[in-house]
Amino acid sequence: MPIPLGRVLALYRTMARIRAFENAAEEASKGGVSAFGAALSNDVRVRGPLHLSTGQEAVPAGVCINLTKQDLITSTHRGHGHTLAKGASMEKMMCELFGRVGGTNGGKGGSMHIADFSVGMLGANGVVAAGIPIAVGAAHALKVQGRKHLVACFFGDGAINRGPFLEGLNWAKIHELPVLFVCEDNRWSAMTSTEAMTAGAGPLARAKAIGVDGVEVDGNDVFAVAAAAASLVEKIRAGEGPQFLHAITYRFKGHVSVDPATYRDGEEVARALEDDPMLRFEGKLAKGDAERIQNEVQSEVKAALEAAATAPWPDKGSAYTDIQDTGSGRWLG
Amino acid sequence: MARMSYAQAACAALERAMAADARVVALGEDVGRGGIFGQYRGLQQKFGAARVIDTPISESTIMGAAVGMALTGLKPVVEMRVVDFALCAMDEIVNQAAKARYMLGGQGRVPLVARLPIGIWAGSAAQHSQSLEAWFAHVPGLVVVTPGSAQDSHSLLAAAIDSGDPVIYMEHKELWGLEGDVVEGEKAELGKVRVLETGSDVTLVTWSRTVQTALQATARARQQGVSVELIDLRTIWPWDRETVLSSAAKTRRLVVAHEAVRVAGFGAEIAATVAEELGIPVRRLGGARIPVGYSRPLEDESRLDADAILQALLK
Repeated sequence: MPIPLGRVLALYRTMARIRAFENAAEEASKGGVSAFGAALSNDVRVRGPLHLSTGQEAVPAGVCINLTKQDLITSTHRGHGHTLAKGASMEKMMCELFGRVGGTNGGKGGSMHIADFSVGMLGANGVVAAGIPIAVGAAHALKVQGRKHLVACFFGDGAINRGPFLEGLNWAKIHELPVLFVCEDNRWSAMTSTEAMTAGAGPLARAKAIGVDGVEVDGNDVFAVAAAAASLVEKIRAGEGPQFLHAITYRFKGHVSVDPATYRDGEEVARALEDDPMLRFEGKLAKGDAERIQNEVQSEVKAALEAAATAPWPDKGSAYTDIQDTGSGRWLG
Repeated sequence: MARMSYAQAACAALERAMAADARVVALGEDVGRGGIFGQYRGLQQKFGAARVIDTPISESTIMGAAVGMALTGLKPVVEMRVVDFALCAMDEIVNQAAKARYMLGGQGRVPLVARLPIGIWAGSAAQHSQSLEAWFAHVPGLVVVTPGSAQDSHSLLAAAIDSGDPVIYMEHKELWGLEGDVVEGEKAELGKVRVLETGSDVTLVTWSRTVQTALQATARARQQGVSVELIDLRTIWPWDRETVLSSAAKTRRLVVAHEAVRVAGFGAEIAATVAEELGIPVRRLGGARIPVGYSRPLEDESRLDADAILQALLK
C-alpha cells in the first residue's frame, strides 16, 4: 500500500528539522566544553557537553509519527531528535540550549535534560538507561489511571549493558505495560564500540529472553522504521503489552560535539556517511518538495537562533525556585 | 486515641492516605504480604494489587518507576526494605527524584515517599544496619524524615505523603514494635521538632531510636541534678533550626546524639550551626566509624548507650 504523500512529507520535515537543529546547535557549541583538548571559550552560546543525533534522524521521526500528543516519551542524553519529533518548539529548545528565558526548562536543564511536558516529552537524561525505569513507571501510572495512551522509551545501544535495562523490561512484561522500547543503536557507547563490549546476540535477543517481543529494523530507512513502529504500536494499543524495536543506525559525530572521534575506522565512517538517511530519503522525494521543506526548515532554525540569541538571561533568583517546597528558603542551612 | 505499635501506626496512616486520595499507591517487594515489618498489613486486600503493587527485587526500577509514576500524576509510597538496599537505587533517588523538578524547569514534580528504614537491627551485621540520613540531607530537593515514636510514625508519614516533595522517610528497624498512644488522623508539620522534656542546664538533640536512649539518660541526669531539654528533631531536612537555637540560647550548652557514624554525621551540622550562632560549648555523640559487626560484643561497639549520653550531659 502506497504511503500517503502527507505522511511522507511529514516524515521528511521532521528529519530535516532534526538535522538542521543539530547542525545549528553544533555550530553554536564550538568552544563550549573543555574536553578532547578543546579550550573553553567565554563567549560560546551553547555551553557544556552537546550530544548530537546527526545521522540518526530516521529513528525518532519514524517512531513518533505513530504517536499521539497524549502518548509519552522518555529520551537519552542524545535527545534533541526525540524532542523535536514529539512536537516541541524549535525556538524553545534553542533557547534552552542557549540557557535563556523562554527555554523549555527555563535554562535549568540544557541539552541533557531537555523536556517538554506540553507535548508528552518527559525528559532527556544525563544518565545512560535512566529513562527506562521512568518510562516503565509512567506506563504503570497510565495503567493505574485507566488511560489508553502508551510510552515510547528511547535508549541507546550502550544502555543494554546497564541493570535498569533488564529490570525495566522485566517489570514492563510482568505488568503487561504499554511501553514501546526503542533501542536506537548508533553502534558507539561513548568512545567505545558497543560490539566490543556486548556479549550475546544483541538487544532484541535480550528483550526476547525476557518475553518482550519485537523486530529489528534498518534505522536509516525511515519508512521501515515507521512501518515497524506502526505495527508494534498497534499491538501495544490492542493490549498485547510491551514491544521492542531495535533500530540500527550510525552516529555521524563524536560522543560530544567537540569529540573528533578519531578512534573510529575511517572507512567505517565514510560508508556510514554515504548511507545518510537524509540522502536516502531525498532520492525518493520530488525535488520541489524537498527544496520547499528545506527552505521552511532553514527559516525556522534561523528564527530560533535569533530568538535564543536575543532572549534575556534568567534572573538569578530562579536558581532558587522549583527545588522543594518543604524547607524552601533554607538554601544555606 | 488507640494503643498501637510504630508499624501499626504507619500502616494506619498509609491506609488513610490511600482511602482519601486515589493517586496514592504503594510499591515494593512483598508489600502485598504486608512487608517484612507488617507496615503494609492488609492494604493489598483493602485496595487491590493495582494500588499495592508487588515488585521484583529491582531496586533501581522500583525507585525509577516511582519517579515516572509521580511525573505522570500518581503519589507513590516506595518500599525499599532497608536503607542499605536503597543504595542500589541511588541514581534514581539522587539524580532523578531529587533533581527532576528543578532540571525540568518546574514542568513536573516528584511527590513520592521513599521508605528507607535505618539503624542497627540486632544481629543483622554491616549491610542491614546503617544510618545514612546525613547522605540524603546533603542533596538539594530531598526532605529527610526520621520518626521516633508511634505517634510520629503515623503523623509524620501522613505529612510526608502530603508534602508534594520527594521525601526520604527513614523508619528505624528496632522501633517497629515500639508501642504508644496514637491519635489517628493527626498530621505533623515537617521541619518541626518535638520537645520531649523541658530543662534549663543543657539541650540534648536527637532523633529516631536514639530518642529512647536519650529519655533514659535524661531521667538519670535529672536524678543527679542536671536539667535537660530533650528535643526529638524528627525531620533531618529541613531541620528546626529556630527551636534548637532558641533552646540552646537558653541552656547555653548543646549535646547532639545519633546512632549514625559520628564522623560527618548530621550532628556535626547542628553542632556547627549552634557554635557559629551562639558561641557556646557543643558536643557530638555518634557511632564509631566502623562497619556494624555481627557478633554481639562487636555490634554493641556501634551502639550509643545511655551511659555515654549521660556522661556528655554531666560534663
